[in-house]
Amino acid sequence: MTLSTSDVLDYDEVLERFDPVLGLEVHVELSTRTKMFCGCPTTFGAEPNTQVCPVCLGLPGSLPVVNGKAVESAIRIGLALGCEIAPWCRFARKNYFYPDMPKNFQTSQYDEPIAFNGELVLELADGETVVVGIERAHMEEDTGKSLHVGGATGRIHGAEHSLLDYNRAGVPLIEIVTKPIVGTGARAPEVARAYVTALRDLLRALDVSDVRMDQGSLRCDANVSLMPKGATVFGTRTETKNVNSLRSVERAVRYEMTRQAAVLVGGGEILQETRHFDESTGTTSAGRRKETSEDYRYFPEPDLVPIAPSPEWVEELRATLPEMPWQRRKRVQADWGLSDLELRDLVNAGAIDLVAATVDAGASPDQARAWWGNYLAQEANSRGVELPDLPITPAQVARVAALVAEGTLTNKLAREVVDGVLAGEGEPDAVVAARGLEVVSDDSALYAAIDEALAAQPDVADKIRGGKVQAAGAIVGAVMKATRGQADAKRVRELVLERCG
Amino acid sequence: MSELIRLTAAELAARIHSGEVSSVEVTRAHLDRIAQIDPAVHAFLHVDTDGALAAARAVDEDVAAGRPVASPLAGVPLALKDVFTTEGIPTTCGSRILQNWVPPYDATLVRKLREAGVVVLGKTNMDEFAMGSSTENSAYGVTHNPWDLDRIPGGSGGGSSAALAAFEAPLAIGTDTGGSIRQPASVTGTVGVKPTYGGVSRYGLVAFSSSLDQGGPCARTVLDAALLHEVIGGHDPLDSTSIDAPVPPVVAAAREGAAGDLRGVRVGVVREFSGEWYQAGVISAFNRAVDVLRELGAEVVEVSCPHFDYGLPAYYLIAPSECSSNLARFDAMRYGLRVGDENGNSAEQVMSLTREAGFGAEVKRRIMIGTYALSSGYYDAYYGQAQKVRTLIARDFAAAFENVDVLVSPTTPTTAFPIGERVDDPVAMYRADLCTIPANLAGTPAMSVPAGLSEQDGLPVGLQVMAPALQEQRMYRVAAAYEVARDRAEGGPFINRVPELEVAR
Repeated sequence: MTLSTSDVLDYDEVLERFDPVLGLEVHVELSTRTKMFCGCPTTFGAEPNTQVCPVCLGLPGSLPVVNGKAVESAIRIGLALGCEIAPWCRFARKNYFYPDMPKNFQTSQYDEPIAFNGELVLELADGETVVVGIERAHMEEDTGKSLHVGGATGRIHGAEHSLLDYNRAGVPLIEIVTKPIVGTGARAPEVARAYVTALRDLLRALDVSDVRMDQGSLRCDANVSLMPKGATVFGTRTETKNVNSLRSVERAVRYEMTRQAAVLVGGGEILQETRHFDESTGTTSAGRRKETSEDYRYFPEPDLVPIAPSPEWVEELRATLPEMPWQRRKRVQADWGLSDLELRDLVNAGAIDLVAATVDAGASPDQARAWWGNYLAQEANSRGVELPDLPITPAQVARVAALVAEGTLTNKLAREVVDGVLAGEGEPDAVVAARGLEVVSDDSALYAAIDEALAAQPDVADKIRGGKVQAAGAIVGAVMKATRGQADAKRVRELVLERCG
Repeated sequence: MSELIRLTAAELAARIHSGEVSSVEVTRAHLDRIAQIDPAVHAFLHVDTDGALAAARAVDEDVAAGRPVASPLAGVPLALKDVFTTEGIPTTCGSRILQNWVPPYDATLVRKLREAGVVVLGKTNMDEFAMGSSTENSAYGVTHNPWDLDRIPGGSGGGSSAALAAFEAPLAIGTDTGGSIRQPASVTGTVGVKPTYGGVSRYGLVAFSSSLDQGGPCARTVLDAALLHEVIGGHDPLDSTSIDAPVPPVVAAAREGAAGDLRGVRVGVVREFSGEWYQAGVISAFNRAVDVLRELGAEVVEVSCPHFDYGLPAYYLIAPSECSSNLARFDAMRYGLRVGDENGNSAEQVMSLTREAGFGAEVKRRIMIGTYALSSGYYDAYYGQAQKVRTLIARDFAAAFENVDVLVSPTTPTTAFPIGERVDDPVAMYRADLCTIPANLAGTPAMSVPAGLSEQDGLPVGLQVMAPALQEQRMYRVAAAYEVARDRAEGGPFINRVPELEVAR
């Protein structure tokens, strides 16, 4: 990353002079089967414009109908974040023109969000906790996608033409907005990342979204402002979009802090604007300037009736909430007998849920931890993906662990089985069968191999018979080679000594 | 002129279902009439000859095979306002911006008509996006009132009302946002009903003002309107604002009313609907109608609805606000007119040029008013305040209906005015809806039934009958009773007083 010094201020200097204030807006695409206001499927990656109908294309005359499952998910998210649930709320129209928005208004919620006033407790890498206030969580619909062709940036400005795909138009979104996050100082970028991570884990536990930042089912807009040390009035903020990974959240916040500080120190003013994060350079750039501030002319959506969740329904939904990630962390630490440090390592590796699920599927906590914390963590690292994105499930890992425990696999063979699963060769048992990886535990088969090896190396055989037990190693090696490593070496050694009695 | 086109829908249905006449014959008679007379009236924007005859044949096959017909109106022709989507048939809403747009889907109301075996003859002219009271705002030319071709047929549903009065169809569909069914009915001597908001699905009704728009039946008799009402009414899961309740028993009420006995019915005359804007001929015709109701046994009292006076200004904030948002989708990106897609123009420029070219002056006026009224800093003073007026008007209705069963008033302050008279005076045009708007704002049902001719100019006057939400049967009963008494006094159906039109040869 090369940056000219005039663009940004040294991070330590930023912190000497300014306090950062964060506000994070996270958009979550719900994994409902159908869209927010119509019956079209929501599958990711379908052929463009194949998952559309008069409603999500906004054709004249069409009308929306609210997806009840999406409302349910919104309430569950609100409850999990400790929010109050509105007993009565409405949708509102957010009016603005953009080609990927079929109606040229987004059906959203404005001053009557379904959930409001909650909090999320984060634990940073060193164990420090931060409480982030949740302003609101509201329901809305996603827009279509534009592909801008020609031009240098891939953005609409300067493009020759644009292609529009409305498959995503109308997919249910929940927007979760934090209260201003203050007082985090140097740790602001880390807090931003930890918040999105914690929210992702929470949403995953609720099973309401795929939470794939790479596919856009979890998107974060980072609002950052600086105020001089000791000030109480917030500075002007910028909103950075296109932040598509956890790492980018941290980088984007850090970059904006250093950029804004340079502007302020240089006597300039921060413009309230939308900025675009560039993954490759780690910098942000200004979006197209608007001459006037956008007036969305919100008004209550007249095509939909108000949503009025009954207290009974809300309590029913509260009862469906799973164990929350922070509750789970406390419990597993006790259940598995982990030290704080061991727990933190698992948390930081994003492995807690995977280990727990693996334990739930029958593995011992130690085995589960060992797999996810070591071999699979290295694998994820070398592939450059998050641990949960590896193509292996906790149930599969548990099956491999069980095969080791019952002696069918050695640890070495087990790793080969895992490699096979990761390579898409199927379930562990199928990999074992296909690759012929089962431990040779049939003693008669081993005796044959041992006798062959002894016959091939008569001098070694004599030494063993003569009491030189350490010479058995050569025979064991030959047997392991002959069985292509599928024998249990310890057992082979026992049998060799027995044979040479 | 074939005798068939003079019959009511109920009479036609009876003859078709008994096999006395085929639906194809009836349909051809109306298609012939349209071919003859519509060059002078211009009620239709599109005539679907093939589709109409195919629908008619299907009904005739049912009759010939002895199968039960699909509905009491199976085989009867109908004129459909061009604001409902029709799969495979152009839908323009009277706007250039939707020229040649062919929807890929049927509105729920259209589906119900088709399932009922009603024969849709074609699509009728209207003020652009239903904004207007004269049909002069259509991008496709004005429609002429069959009572006097130099006069307007009302609006926005002037094509539907003119088609009825010109005997081009015995049934029609309209939509009523501020009076667009009732005012055209009034000035053409026909019957028009705005059902309770939510009583007829809006799915496929191209929105002008979502919280006010309501489709409804139009006909030449109260019974015909009731028959059509029961075909198109009812809950639709595709329209969240549609009411999940049975359609009120309006056909039974129309038949009951036709017995001519209104004893025990309390009728309230709305005091606020009179004064300087009302023609003397309209007031006297209205007073005569009230006398008839009294003679039929109704108890007539005067009722005050003090907030009705604020209906018009509140309407002209709410309707434009919603329309500014509803009409935003016409942006040249997906369908309809596209202008300026050349010379490297940006999407934003194409949108702008298309909307400039595609919308007429009245539509632009309302989009601008609505955009302003919703703007930050003005919302509370305009849109918010108008919504409060709406609540007050609903309370006026509720208070009135504690004491009376129905309310009555003139439907519109004047008879049909000359084409061109109000085109440069929008407020004068807006006043045509003075008496009709409160029912839209409150979501309550109301209808217009012909109340004879104005002694001033010999043109039709409408009697408006209003009822509480989901109590349509009350107004149908009163209107049907009045209709019978009126025709008895006149010595024949009122509509037969419409002059013979000069048929172009």
